[in-house]
Amino acid sequence: MKTDDLIGLLSNQVTRVDRGAVARRFTKALLLGALGSVVLMSIVFGVRPDLSIVARTPVFWAKLAYPLVIAIGALTVVTRLGHPGARGGQAWLLVGLPFVAVWLAGAVVLEAAAPGERLPTLLGHTWRTCPFNIVLLSAPTFPAVFWAMKSLAPTQPRRAGAVAGLLASAIATVAYCLHCPEMSPAFWSVWYAIGMILPAGIGAWLGPKLLRW
Amino acid sequence: MQEAENRLRALFVAGLDGDQHAYRGFLEALARHLRGYLRRRIPQHRDDVEDLVQEILLAVHNARHTYRMDEPLTAWLHAIARYKLMDFFRSRARRDSLNDPLDDHAEFLAVADDEPAQARHDIGKLLEDLPDKQRLPIMHMKLQGLSVTETARITGLSESAVKVGVHRGLKALAARIRGLK
Repeated sequence: MKTDDLIGLLSNQVTRVDRGAVARRFTKALLLGALGSVVLMSIVFGVRPDLSIVARTPVFWAKLAYPLVIAIGALTVVTRLGHPGARGGQAWLLVGLPFVAVWLAGAVVLEAAAPGERLPTLLGHTWRTCPFNIVLLSAPTFPAVFWAMKSLAPTQPRRAGAVAGLLASAIATVAYCLHCPEMSPAFWSVWYAIGMILPAGIGAWLGPKLLRW
Repeated sequence: MQEAENRLRALFVAGLDGDQHAYRGFLEALARHLRGYLRRRIPQHRDDVEDLVQEILLAVHNARHTYRMDEPLTAWLHAIARYKLMDFFRSRARRDSLNDPLDDHAEFLAVADDEPAQARHDIGKLLEDLPDKQRLPIMHMKLQGLSVTETARITGLSESAVKVGVHRGLKALAARIRGLK
């Protein structure tokens, strides 16, 4: 086919672009993915029995805000990366700040703890399983986020894949907060971070394969 | 350069609203710029230029909803062209792959080249291999220029299935072109 014929093919009867389609697809994907993670969490791990009591404590909301802000930042960055020519820009700060804030809070807690209490505080009761539980809960959100990303045009597929993976795991972590009994920032600063970063790594690995266009 | 940006952008934006004549004008101008750009970028692969021009045109079309009105169109087009050029380098796995095609937006629309060479891949043939749900809407609407309604009547598909078929078919076409390399 000659280039001129291709131009004819592309322009003939060209339809008006639906500007809301991408936003609708992301909304659908994220809602379904989050719902999937919550259902999976309640079946596999169960909602913590004292949820209604801890929900009245600020520390619970601080814990929830940690992955939630990362998710918002990752969503902003990943949609920007899906638009050719755009960079993540200041939205990267929104991704990084919660990590830094929780690391600082964790350091303060450990500093204040008695020397013999430091390691138990850091490890909590569930450090062995926590990161893998978050990875498991990312199973519904991960394909959902990548499906939504397919409607965009990332020109840096590895970076976009990493942030998409982080978005998936951050949403999964919000769901995991409804189960997880750990209430120390020192714990979240390590084990939650690992749980969120593993799917980001998988995303970076799969990005060039799944997000090519 | 600003003039090329303004002219292309006006045509492109009208195309986003469904103005096929403006859109055609945009694609024609873009093809000339791409040819000029690629012939300077990859002088050692002259035979591949027309294939890349076609691949980038298709990519621009499939991604046209990702253009953000507050950004310069040139930056958006350039990012797509560079992405496809990197892909080309990677698929060749030649020493070129080490060269990130770093150049700036100002240079991107600098040269126009009005002499198309022969493309080596035949997109028409790839089109024939698409499933009917995608091939028929593209044939009727995009090759014969029938409206959505007429295409729906002839193919027996719903109007939204016709639109989806065209959209998915053109994306599948892009994927098949990638598969050739």
